[in-house]
Formats: sequence, structure tokens, C-alpha cells
Amino acid sequence: MDCSLLRTLVRRYCAGEENWVDSRTIYVGHKEPPPGAEAYIPQRYPDNRIVSSKYTFWNFIPKNLFEQFRRIANFYFLIIFLVQLIIDTPTSPVTSGLPLFFVITVTAIKQGYEDWLRHKADNAMNQCPVHFIQHGKLVRKQSRKLRVGDIVMVKEDETFPCDLIFLSSNRADGTCHVTTASLDGESSHKTHYAVQDTKGFHTEADVDSLHATIECEQPQPDLYKFVGRINVYNDLNDPVVRPLGSENLLLRGATLKNTEKIFGVAIYTGMETKMALNYQSKSQKRSAVEKSMNTFLIVYLCILVSKALINTVLKYVWQSEPFRDEPWYNEKTESERQRNLFLRAFTDFLAFMVLFNYIIPVSMYVTVEMQKFLGSYFITWDEDMFDEEMGEGPLVNTSDLNEELGQVEYIFTDKTGTLTENNMAFKECCIEGHVYVPHVICNGQVLPDSSGIDMIDSSPGVCGREREELFFRAICLCHTVQVKDDHCGDDVDGPQKSPDAKSCVYISSSPDEVALVEGVQRLGFTYLRLKDNYMEILNRENDIERFELLEVLTFDSVRRRMSVIVKSTTGEIYLFCKGADSSIFPRVIEGKVDQVRSRVERNAVEGLRTLCVAYKRLEPEQYEDACRLLQSAKVALQDREKKLAEAYEQIEKDLVLLGATAVEDRLQEKAADTIEALQKAGIKVWVLTGDKMETASATCYACKLFRRSTQLLELTTKKLEEQSLHDVLFDLSKTVLRCSGSMTRDSFSGLSTDMHDYGLIIDGAALSLIMKPREDGSSSGNYRELFLEICRNCSAVLCCRMAPLQKAQIVKLIKFSKEHPITLAIGDGANDVSMILEAHVGIGVIGKEGRQAARNSDYAIPKFKHLKKMLLVHGHFYYIRISELVQYFFYKNVCFIFPQFLYQFFCGFSQQTLYDTAYLTLYNISFTSLPILLYSLMEQHVGIDVLKRDPTLYRDIAKNALLRWRVFIYWTFLGVFDALVFFFGAYFIFENTTVTINGQMFGNWTFGTLVFTVMVLTVTLKLALDTHYWTWINHFVIWGSLLFYIAFSLLWGGVIWPFLSYQRMYYVFISMLSSGPAWLGIILLVTVGLLPDVLKKVLCRQLWPTATERTQNIQHQDSISEFTPLASLPSWGAQGSRLLAAQCSSPSGRVVCSRWESEECPVLPLHPGLPHKARYGCCRSSLEMPT
Amino acid sequence: AMNYSAKDEVDGGPAGPPGGAAKTRRPDNTAFKQQRLPAWQPILTAGTVLPTFFIIGLIFIPIGIGIFVTSNNIREIEIDYTGTEPSSPCNKCLSPNVTSCACTINFTLKQSFEGNVFMYYGLSNFYQNHRRYVKSRDDSQLNGDPSALLNPSKECEPYRRNEDRPIAPCGAIANSMFNDTLELYLVANESDPKPIPIPLKKKGIAWWTDKNVKFRNPPGKESLEEKFKDTIKPVNWHKAVYELDPEDESNNGFINEDFIVWMRTAALPTFRKLYRLIERRDDLHPTLPAGQYFLNITYNYPVHSFDGRKRMILSTISWMGGKNPFLGIAYITIGSISFLLGVVLLVINHKYRNSSNTADITI
Repeated sequence: MDCSLLRTLVRRYCAGEENWVDSRTIYVGHKEPPPGAEAYIPQRYPDNRIVSSKYTFWNFIPKNLFEQFRRIANFYFLIIFLVQLIIDTPTSPVTSGLPLFFVITVTAIKQGYEDWLRHKADNAMNQCPVHFIQHGKLVRKQSRKLRVGDIVMVKEDETFPCDLIFLSSNRADGTCHVTTASLDGESSHKTHYAVQDTKGFHTEADVDSLHATIECEQPQPDLYKFVGRINVYNDLNDPVVRPLGSENLLLRGATLKNTEKIFGVAIYTGMETKMALNYQSKSQKRSAVEKSMNTFLIVYLCILVSKALINTVLKYVWQSEPFRDEPWYNEKTESERQRNLFLRAFTDFLAFMVLFNYIIPVSMYVTVEMQKFLGSYFITWDEDMFDEEMGEGPLVNTSDLNEELGQVEYIFTDKTGTLTENNMAFKECCIEGHVYVPHVICNGQVLPDSSGIDMIDSSPGVCGREREELFFRAICLCHTVQVKDDHCGDDVDGPQKSPDAKSCVYISSSPDEVALVEGVQRLGFTYLRLKDNYMEILNRENDIERFELLEVLTFDSVRRRMSVIVKSTTGEIYLFCKGADSSIFPRVIEGKVDQVRSRVERNAVEGLRTLCVAYKRLEPEQYEDACRLLQSAKVALQDREKKLAEAYEQIEKDLVLLGATAVEDRLQEKAADTIEALQKAGIKVWVLTGDKMETASATCYACKLFRRSTQLLELTTKKLEEQSLHDVLFDLSKTVLRCSGSMTRDSFSGLSTDMHDYGLIIDGAALSLIMKPREDGSSSGNYRELFLEICRNCSAVLCCRMAPLQKAQIVKLIKFSKEHPITLAIGDGANDVSMILEAHVGIGVIGKEGRQAARNSDYAIPKFKHLKKMLLVHGHFYYIRISELVQYFFYKNVCFIFPQFLYQFFCGFSQQTLYDTAYLTLYNISFTSLPILLYSLMEQHVGIDVLKRDPTLYRDIAKNALLRWRVFIYWTFLGVFDALVFFFGAYFIFENTTVTINGQMFGNWTFGTLVFTVMVLTVTLKLALDTHYWTWINHFVIWGSLLFYIAFSLLWGGVIWPFLSYQRMYYVFISMLSSGPAWLGIILLVTVGLLPDVLKKVLCRQLWPTATERTQNIQHQDSISEFTPLASLPSWGAQGSRLLAAQCSSPSGRVVCSRWESEECPVLPLHPGLPHKARYGCCRSSLEMPT
Repeated sequence: AMNYSAKDEVDGGPAGPPGGAAKTRRPDNTAFKQQRLPAWQPILTAGTVLPTFFIIGLIFIPIGIGIFVTSNNIREIEIDYTGTEPSSPCNKCLSPNVTSCACTINFTLKQSFEGNVFMYYGLSNFYQNHRRYVKSRDDSQLNGDPSALLNPSKECEPYRRNEDRPIAPCGAIANSMFNDTLELYLVANESDPKPIPIPLKKKGIAWWTDKNVKFRNPPGKESLEEKFKDTIKPVNWHKAVYELDPEDESNNGFINEDFIVWMRTAALPTFRKLYRLIERRDDLHPTLPAGQYFLNITYNYPVHSFDGRKRMILSTISWMGGKNPFLGIAYITIGSISFLLGVVLLVINHKYRNSSNTADITI
């Protein structure tokens, strides 16, 4: 049957349908299969060369340029540049060409350097030596020469050069250990198994004699999935067919450990290895700021086009009189006269576009990029976010989303490993209703209700004892834990149990299992090791028991259980099964289900993770059946997963319940603190977990997501059994909405919303019901909308029993709900990756479950608590920095270009520039670039400590507050106003009069230079006014760039530059400075330009202060009162300890204080530098005072 | 798999197992990296801004008054001699067939002009700032570069070459140089018919740097005429460039000050340019005493074709230049507004304090 299938596959391949053939045949050692099996078709595969570099020496320039000009902004500037080259435009091509050239060159150099590094790394990889077997001999070759089908030998601590099928190792049992730290970060040793039929081939000659073909799927990126089969041709018989799974596959990038050497055959090479396939680029996430920046850009493009259009039309209206178009003093050339009118108009339009194109500067993109790139270093540098234990700090995988951290509205967090330590400790086990607590755990600890606890010493009778031991054996056997060899391998060889055996180090991908095995070790049963398919355990009598491991039905998150089938020395075959209560109870036919269930529920409420253990004794016939079932499922090439699941379902039934275990997962430090702060910041925190409801809600209580005042709403399967989904949803929404109506009335500040606090609990099953598209059409309303409505009104939501994909679904649901909130997902495990990728910002916790989450995330942090600083401090800073950066850029370019526009009305719409070319070019590049860059890196409008202490400040910037249309229009109008002031100020100063002491006149370049000087000063000073955090760097850069402008102008005008064809700026700046009215004008115009902004700032701060501004005021007045402690007006911000004390002691102050007390002193804790006790203590003492 | 990075593989993953490298990974505890650089944190509150407003008011208003008074003390008289009105003596020069035309305009100075007096000519509706016009010049040629002299820049088109010879100075600006001659006479008294000519100084009207550095005649020891022998004069000119001031070698050719003044293109379509200086004689006599004057004009420059106007301006000068009421008024206005805003803010601040003390507490 197999052969026929194979033949059809081969036939398909021959028919030239390579494209959809999803399997490949590999001839081990390039040996043809024996005649009669099937045709030998040598196939071509890529060699083992790794190419991560993008460019070669030859294609670098064209390819890189192509890549760069694919960006819309670069392309726009290229077009402008080309237009300038082709047609006669007012500005020389240099003005736009130089910045563009600069940007392109810098980017190209950066990318070229990165690519060079990649080339180096590639070469190192491709040239490292590999041992091959060729004609029975060991040969050393470069890695890149490896081909599919080659037999490779790998020694201990070497990295596999490509994806290999494991043929044999020097170990007799045909296993090897592997770490995949560089693939998925899991440093634990994993066991891989050699193909049964080849594991005896220990020498090169043996391996070379192997005659086999491997058929396997085409390469796919999933590291943990592999399906294939090997046909081993013996001389006599039909080929032996063996299934190959991921346990037989050794991946490139993994390292061989604890095994001297192995032989393997290469199946995927080079860029087809799973590791290479896994480094595919992730989809680009764009931040909200970037989106609004692009919208603003479009607005500005419209402004640009309309400006050009207006001017073109006006030009032709104005020119309709011939003496204006071509007066005698200013004749056109012959070719100009003969040009077609429409062509002329179009050229004029383009020329105006070029003239005004600086309104969208190249440098904005560069500055934003630099700000993001440099700014992200502050996260990695942050000492507070460095974890001593792990020795790791935060990682920034993308800097594009820095500011998005300041915009988060929803946080979706995983529970295990994120909120909790994922550091499991075995708490207790319950066997048939009797509770056992290991000594070590409870020493020194008084258990709250010890009456219900049977300690281990009180044995419950002979039958019970048998069950008890069976239970412990079950825990000892039913797992995939490994023992770290070097620690207790030697100890076990002797039959005598040495005390060291206790210190066996267990390694597993699941910390629960380690906790269980360690816990049961304390109860007397020690798992020693797996040797030659025999599991050895040390029982209470210090005897070694050996069980033959027949099958492992591995854990998966759908079944939520795992089983082993073992054969004891006496020949009895057992199936031990362990898993979540919900997946075990339905399969149990015997046992004290009720007692165990009640215990399990009780433990779950306490926040413990529970697992149930059951067993079944298999008769040999039953085992044979099961074995056949499994074998056929395993060999299947198609739908293997599904078939396996069905087989497991068949086997794991009719179990006998043994008992349950409880494992505690401690909360991470400060998790509760962090959640509280985040909620205060107006962020809704959702917990998404695969755990069961009781455990999860206990954790939620522990981390203060739910409070005692929180009213819990349940939307669970249990509830849905009683009522239909429709009714439940409507009931819930009624409850929630009734209350939210009253809530908006009595709470403005948002702080007191805690009064009506709802928490929603939903489970995976209920969620899939809600998400399911309804069959009866949309007549009865959409459940999704209703569900979202409920969620929106709940302060906290707990989703339990979630499958990984459901997590992503939830994130997606919220992400695309009608307010489009910014979501953040945080998790530590592979099961969180989908939601991390889905959310706007994905944060990985560098945890114990490997690095998959951290690798796929945008940012990775060592602990959950670091999220607080990440969002409240860094996110806040980044947001205000970048939003100011964006707005300021638009502002300064309006200031820059609008006078040019106005000047057209006075120069006959002839596209005459107001400023000199050098000024046009350097305005954005050097005169005004550094101050804003430094601002956008250094600005702190309030201190780090204040932001941390007062999370409510985060609400000030929520919903992209600083980039709303209102703010954008304000900035634009400020720019237009300033431009009007500069232009008409200069106009009236210059109009038809002399401004020099010697009666000499100034020309148009002096006029432009005056406007430009005023503009540079105003724009820089405007930024200075916005700067709240003046470090020496800011001083240096702001004053430095003004000085630079002056120095440059002096130099530019001071010399006849031989390389210039014109000398129009010669002495213009200097002579301008020699004129009194110019100085007076500069002072006047700068003042007028800044006045409205100052006024707006002061008035807004006084009349409608934001929370941030209040905090600033307090800080500010505080720092003033430090210098003048006797400030006559005790303004409310200056109510330091002394003043407050004075007030409190007065009878009238008592009332004030008592009010504060009742309000939990929400105002006072903001006061810096004052210990909490002092403030609160004062309030309290005043209350105690007799009147 | 373009983004796959072999470097990761070499390094053992983006973050290898924690180990010896852990110590070096710890971020430096520097003020910069921890964003704790010492900083001055100013805030624009009413308290800090209030005094600024008052100070601005207090400084600006006196300055404004000073400027305003100064500006008002400046004597200035403008005489329009375009001659478009039929009554004007220069009306006869408007007809195109008159080649060289002279006209005389009488005017009276009611007050005497003291100190140095500056004589300007003013043109209106003349777009010296038109792009095609502004760029129509060759600075190298004007700087005396011999090669540019014979091969002027393309920017000068269509005033680059004439009769196959390079034009010197080339370009539209030079070509359209103002060529009216203005002479000023004082009518000593009603009875004496012989007017006294006012001495007009030709030199010192151009920027010193323009005259001495930027504009230069072609090098060489030969005479100016010799230097320009391969060139041709601009189309509209009556005289060649070396005949601009035959009497004074240092004011001839490219360094003729009238020429230099014209070559500095004006910023706005209505502009004036310095024409002559009338130097103060001594402290006893005013430079231009009050009385009857007449202006002799050699009318060459056509402006009516583009609706332009021509003026002659006599003006005295103060420390801040000519008459310009704008700066003074602006200073006074801004000073007053600033002062007023200060008062408003003071009121608001006062009110705010009173209300906030209660409002904030009862949140």
C-alpha cells in the first residue's frame, strides 16, 4: 500500500507537477534504490550555503537604490529633484538633491555595512568544516558543499550543519541530547531518537552500507512538526518502512550535547532548513503616530498642490496684460516665447511645486528615524529594567513602535510566566480524597485548616496504600522530564541510594512536570532516569523499580493531557494519564471523583494549578490494539496530526481516577502593583490564560485585577448551560449599562470609577460561541457588538481556557472594534506568540518557557513589573517627544515656506525665491535640525519619578491627544501667523525707505535674509519655550545652532566663493546687521511671533490645566519654595510638610484635611521629596485633635 | 528568508543562555543613559510670564516712542516726474519719437533740510525682483573675469550677445539701467533769475564692498576702452560701459557707482535707489535751505509702457535710516498689547488662585 502511494507520488513528480508536490525523496548517501522499488530520480536541491546577505558587490548600488526609492517619501523627493533638473526651476537642483543625496548615502552606507557583516557571518558559516562519509571514509569539507542525501557525522558540542535525519549515535539506545537554545531559546536538553533500523550502525563503514530512501514533506518553517518516512532496503526482504517524526529530526542551529557523535543524513540544506525558513520577516507594524503623520503629510501635500495651483492661476491672470508678462526691461528669449501656453503653464505649476516643496522636508523622515533608533537605546540602557537574576535587560526588536507604548489602551496579558513566576512549587496532592503535603514545602508553615489534611504518616489502609503508591508511580512515570546526566548519572549506577540522588536536576519544557517530579521525590519516590527505554524509579524502600516505556502520548494543548504506557517488571501494562481536570473527569469511570473534584476546585480557588491523575490497566490484547492504532496513525503521511488525535482519544478512555495534584505558581514580584498602576493609567487589563477559571480568577484577585468591590460577571460554559447565550449577554449588558449610566454622572475625574467596578470572566468555549458567525442572519443583533459593549464597561476581563489562537482572536476583536484602541499583548510562551504578533505592540517576557515570545515580540522585558516603567515612563516620553517632533516639523516648514508663497504676490508670480539657495538647503539640514532632534531625545516634561508615582498622567496623552486635528491645526495656524509676521514685518520695514545710516539701499537678498534670520530665531526660540528639560546638551544645541547660523551667514557672505556663479549674498548678512532698524525689526518680529504661543500656553495652563500641567505646577512651585520658604501666598502646590502642618493645626484646616483623608489624599501624594508618612500622618493627627 | 540573519546563528541566538556575558550586559549607570542628567526645568506659568509681559511693555513703549519721534523729524520730499498728467512739464517726453528730452519741475521746500541730504530716484511697478530679471546677470563678468567678459553666462539670455559680440555688462538688469539725469537748482530768490546749482556727489552711493570687491573692471594696464574692445554695449544703452563716467577713472566701467546701485535688485516692485549725495556744507547753513528749487531732468527712461512711475526723493537720514513710521508704531502697539496682556493675566491669575484653592480641594 505504501509503495503504491509512493509510486503515485513519484509519478506525479515525473509528470512535471513539481509545484504542488509536497514531498521529497532523498536517497541516503546518493545510492540508487534497488531495482524494482522505484525509479531513481536524482533531484536537485540547493546546496548548504546560507545566504542572509541582500546584496552582492555588483548589484549593491542598483538594488539598494531601488529599495530606497520604493519608499514613497524618497520617491517624492527624487521626482522633485528630477523636475528641478529637467525644467527651469527657481531653485537649483542642489537644494533638494543634496539632502536627498545625503539621506540616500547615509542609508546606503548603513545598509552596506550591515550587509558586509552579514556576508562575513555567512562566510564563516559556510566555510566551517563538516565531516561527511564518502565511500566509507570520513572526509572534511566546507559546510557549503554539503548536499541533500549526504551522510554527516557531528561530534559533541558541534552545531548541526543542516537539518538531519538522525541515523545513529554512539549510544547503544540510539538517542542523543540536543539543545535548541539558538533556535527557540530553550536551553533544556531534548532527547532525539535514531531511526530504529539504523541505530546499530556505529562506524563509518556501517553507515555507508546503508541503503535507504527517505520520503518527507517539503521544507516548512514549523520547528516542531515533521512528517516523513524511511524505507530501508535489506538485501532480501521488502523495504522496511518506518515513520519519521520531529523526534528523528535534528535541526540546523541546534547543538549536540552529552553524546559523543552521531550520524545523520541531510534532508534540508541551506536556505531550506527550518531555521532559515523561520527567520522570515514579520509583518511591519505601524504606530498611531506614524499614521497621523501620514495623514498630516497628505494634508500638506494638498496645501502644496493648492498653493502651486493658486499661484499658477494668478500668474496667468496677472500676466494677461502683455506689459506685465514681458516689459521692455525684461524680455523673454525666443524659445520661451514660442513655447506652448499649456506646456508653459504646466512647467510653471511644476516650478511652483518645486519652490514650495520644502514644506515636506526630507529631513523630517531622517529625524524621525534617528529619533526612533537612538531613542530606543534609552530602553535598553535602563537600569531599572535590568534583571539581576537573569542578567538580562530589556530588548528592543523594533524601534518603530516606541511612541505606541504611550498610547496603550488595552493590555492582554498571559497569566503563567507573565503575571506569575512560572516557578512551580509542588503544594499538595490528593489521593482518593486524602490530602498529602510534602514535608519540605510545609515546614515552618502553619496550614490554615489542617483538620482536613491527612499527613503522609497516617496511612489510609492497605488498599489505599496500594492506590497511593500507584499514584506516586504515575507521577514518577507520566512525564517527559529528563535528568541532567552529569549530576546524578553516576550515583544511580550503584543500587544504593546515595544522598546526592536527591539533588537530581530535572529538565523539562514544562515547569509543572519538574515541580511534580520533585514534589513526589519528597514524598519518597525518585525518578532516576530513562535508560534503554526503561524508566527507573527509586521507591520508598530504596529499591529501584524499572518500567519499560512502551508509548508516550505526548501533551498537547487541545487535549490538555498526556499519557504513558509502561510495562512493569511483572509484565503488567499500565496507562497513566495526567491532565487538566476538565479533560480527565469525562474519561473516568471509577474512582472517588466527587472528593477529588471538590479538592481540585478548592485548590483552584486558592490559585493553585491542579492536574488530575488517572490510570488504566491494559490487557495485552488491548495494548496490541492501541499499539496498532498508534502505529498506523504515526506512519500516515497525510493528516497525521488528526489521526494521532483520534488514536489518543480512543486509547485514553475508561480511566480510573487516582487523585489530583496542586502546584503553586507564585505571583511575580510587584505584579499587583503594576496592574494597579496600569489600571490607574486608564489602561484596561485583560488576562488571557489557558488555565481554568478558578485558578485564573484567584490569580486575578491576588494581582489586584479584581478587587473585593469588583462585581464579577460570568460568561462561561456553565452559565450557558442554564441560559441561552442571547439571554446571558442581554442580562449582562443591562447590568453593566445601567451602572455606567449612573457612573458618568457622578464621576468626572475617572478616579472614582472604582465605585462600580465590573469584572468579566469568559471562557474559551463561550468565546467561540460569540465569535461564531450566526446562522440566522443578523436579524437579532450581533453578539460581538454586545459582547464588546459589555467588555468596554468592565474594568477587568479574564479570559480563561483560551487556546493560543483564541488569544489572538480576542486581541483582533478589540483591535478592530469601533474605537480602534491601541492594544498591547504580553506573554512569555510560544502560545502567546500569536497574540503578540496580532497586537499593536507585542511584548515578550524573557521567561522560562523559552525565547519564542521574546523573539517574536517588538520589545522584550525580563519581568512583568517592568511593563510599568516601559509604558508609564518610556512610552509617555516617547509619545510626547515624537508628537512634538512631528508637529514642530510641520510648523517650522510652514514658517519657512509661507513667506515664499507671500513673496510671489510681490514678484509677479515669477517663482523668485525669497531666500538664498544655501539657506533653502541648510534650513532643515543644519540650522533647525539638531535642537528638535535633541529635544525629541531628551525632553522630560515631568520627571521620571513623578510619572512612575502618578499613573493617571498617562491618561493625558491617551488617544493620540497631542496629534489630534485640533492641535495640528493650532500648530499650522501658528506657523501661518508667524510667517505672516515675518514677511509683512520685513515688508513694512523695507517698504520704500532706507534702513541704513549712510542712505544706501538694500536689495531683495537682504530682505530675504532678514525674514530668514527672524524665522530661524523664532523657530528655535519656540522650541526653547517648549523645552521643559534643559540639560547642558539642550543649551549647547539650541544656542549652538543659533550661533552656527550666524557664523555660517557671516562666512557665506564674507567671501567671494570662486565655485559659485553668483555672488548675491556677498556682504548681505553683514550689512544687514549694520542697520539699526534691522536689529529693532528682528527683536520686534521675534517677540510678536512668540507672543501668541506664550499667551496660549499660559492661559491654558491657568484656566484649563491638564493633569500633567498641574503636576508640573506643583513641582515648579515646590522648587521655588525651596528657595523662598516664606512665600507669602501658600498656594496649594507649595503645601509642603511645614505649611500643611501649620494649616492642619488650625481649626479651619482640620476640615480640609479630613476631606483629603476621605479622598485617599489623591492630590497630595504627588508631592515629591516628601515621605508618605509625613503627609498622611499629618492628616490623621489632625483628625484626632479635639476641637 | 531575506531577513534571516546568520549572525544570530553564530552568536548562539539573539540572546544566548545567561552566563559569563551577563555582567557586561548590565547597562551603565550614567546620568545620560538613565535620563537623569541634571536639568533646569522651567515652566511657563502666569507667575513667570507676568513680569516678562510688563517688562516687554516697559521696554517697547519708550523705544517705540523714540523711533516714532526720530522718524517724524526726518525731512523727506517726493517729486513724481513721470509726466503722465498732461499738466506735467515732463508730459512732452512721453511720446516715443522724442529721443532726448529735458524737462524741469519746480518745487518748494517748506522746511530746510539739515545734515547730509540724500537724493533718490524711485520707480514703481518695476519688477526688479522678477525671477527672469534677477538671475539675468553674470557676476563673474562683473568681477572682471576676462573669460566671462567675452563669454557671458547663459543666464544673461536674451541679452547675452549682440551682433555676434558679447555684451558687457550682459543681462536684463544691466540692459535696463536707469539713465535719467537729475540736476537740482536752488532759486536763490525771486528776483535773481540765476539759479544756484546744488553740488551732487556721485561717489559713496554704492556699498563699499560692492565697489571695491564684488565689481571690478577687467584686469590689465591698457585703457578701459581697450579692455572692452571685443564687447558691445547693452542694446538699450546710449553709451558704452567705459563711458559711464569719463571724467573719473575710478568710477568708470563696471565700478561705476550708478551702475552698481542699479545692479542690486530691489526687493519689492516699488523701490528707490540712491542717486546722489548732497553733503552738508557746515553747521551754520542748512544743506538745503527752505525755498524754491527746480529739478532738471534729462528724460530717457520709459516707464509708462508698464504703468510705472518715476520719482525723485530728497531725504535726510537719522540713526535708523529714512522716514519709516512703521517701526515706531509697531513697537508702541506691541508694547501696549504686552502691557495689557500682563494686566489681564494678573487678573486671571488672581481669580484663578482664589477659585483654585477651593476647587482643587473639593475635587
